[in-house]
Amino acid sequence: MDFELMLKVYPFFLEAAWTTILLSVLTAILGLTCGTLGAAARLSRFAALRFLGAAYVSLFRGTPALIQLFILYFGGPQIGIQLDAFEAGVIGLGINAGAYMTETIRGGVISIDRGQREAARTLGLSSWQATYKIILPQAARLMVRPLGVNLNMLIKATALVAAISVIELTYTAQRYIGSTYKPFEMFLLAGVLYMIIIYVVGRGVAWLDRKVQIN
Amino acid sequence: MGLDFSIIPKYLDVVLLGAAWTMGITVASAILSFFGGIVFAVVALYAPWIIRQPFRLIEWVFMGTPLLLQLFLIYFGLVQIGIDLPAFIAGIIGLGLHFAVYNSELIQTAILAVDKGQMEAARTLGLSRGEALRKVVIPQAVRAVIPPIGNNMIALLKDSALVSVIGVSELTLSAQRVIGKTYRPFEFYILAAAFYYVINLCMEWVQRKIERRIAISR
Repeated sequence: MDFELMLKVYPFFLEAAWTTILLSVLTAILGLTCGTLGAAARLSRFAALRFLGAAYVSLFRGTPALIQLFILYFGGPQIGIQLDAFEAGVIGLGINAGAYMTETIRGGVISIDRGQREAARTLGLSSWQATYKIILPQAARLMVRPLGVNLNMLIKATALVAAISVIELTYTAQRYIGSTYKPFEMFLLAGVLYMIIIYVVGRGVAWLDRKVQIN
Repeated sequence: MGLDFSIIPKYLDVVLLGAAWTMGITVASAILSFFGGIVFAVVALYAPWIIRQPFRLIEWVFMGTPLLLQLFLIYFGLVQIGIDLPAFIAGIIGLGLHFAVYNSELIQTAILAVDKGQMEAARTLGLSRGEALRKVVIPQAVRAVIPPIGNNMIALLKDSALVSVIGVSELTLSAQRVIGKTYRPFEFYILAAAFYYVINLCMEWVQRKIERRIAISR
């Protein structure tokens, strides 16, 4: 173990960790948005929307996220989409995470007893009101933990943007492995930072989960 | 630059060969991850404390860091300690170990879910603890986890794209090579995605078949 080297380069890893965190936050926001829209489409009354939602989930979960990133970043300019690497990373990963979150959110919604909607409708609430005032508040409670799993996967998936040269943790580790030939030291630096991020987020999710439970 | 899919047939053979490599790597890593998962699970549940702890550390590290980073560690780390393996072997080891950890979680739960009476009965009939595990408990546990392990294997197929980054000429890197010659990223990445999607659908189909068979024989 070359601790001297580790001390010398760790500021760069810290800086890269901030990029990883920023990427994760933006991706999570976009992922949740896409996931909510996707779930709404999959549960829609219109067959065309249901089909679109199902196709979204199937295509984006059925192909590697890395390929999706490459299509967006390298193929995008051919169809008039010019993005820098960071933007492509956030959008690509966000849409990908959204496909997984669609299923999580949909799962939460359909696990609420049908009688809840029927009762709400009987009491005079519109379909819209029943969804927003009765179904979603109950479903949200069930979604916290599985969305936490999605979030954990998403944080690790941000490493993929190293392949399109976004300077985040994995890219930084890769670059220093290349220039110092010290893979274990660099892995240790990046790995510890990832585990800290994932640990903190995991605790946050557990806290939120406890907070939203009724008992 | 617009789109021109008519260029695809000319390079189809390169991409097809890449797809064959992807399938080979997926199958090899899947086998490694399956047996590795059983070993990890048995160690986690039955090994003495002193052996269990390092395994738990490995498990924790593998679940808490990105696969891509692990692949860099294994590929370059092995070189550093003097083991110069071809990239595809390093890729298979990396994917196999990564998913072995996830499979181990499933198998541990399943082993604990096998009725205690099974072990007791096997021991009463004169089997040693190891034999009872190997011949009675683990076969039942493994059967219960085949559907969720199938999900892990489908995830493995998609994650096998990552080994392109350490230079394994599988589907993704083959597409990249063709793009290097043709400057047609959109067309060939879409083609690669289509191949992944088809392999993925085939795996889902096999998974459903196996699940149905298990459901019937229960």
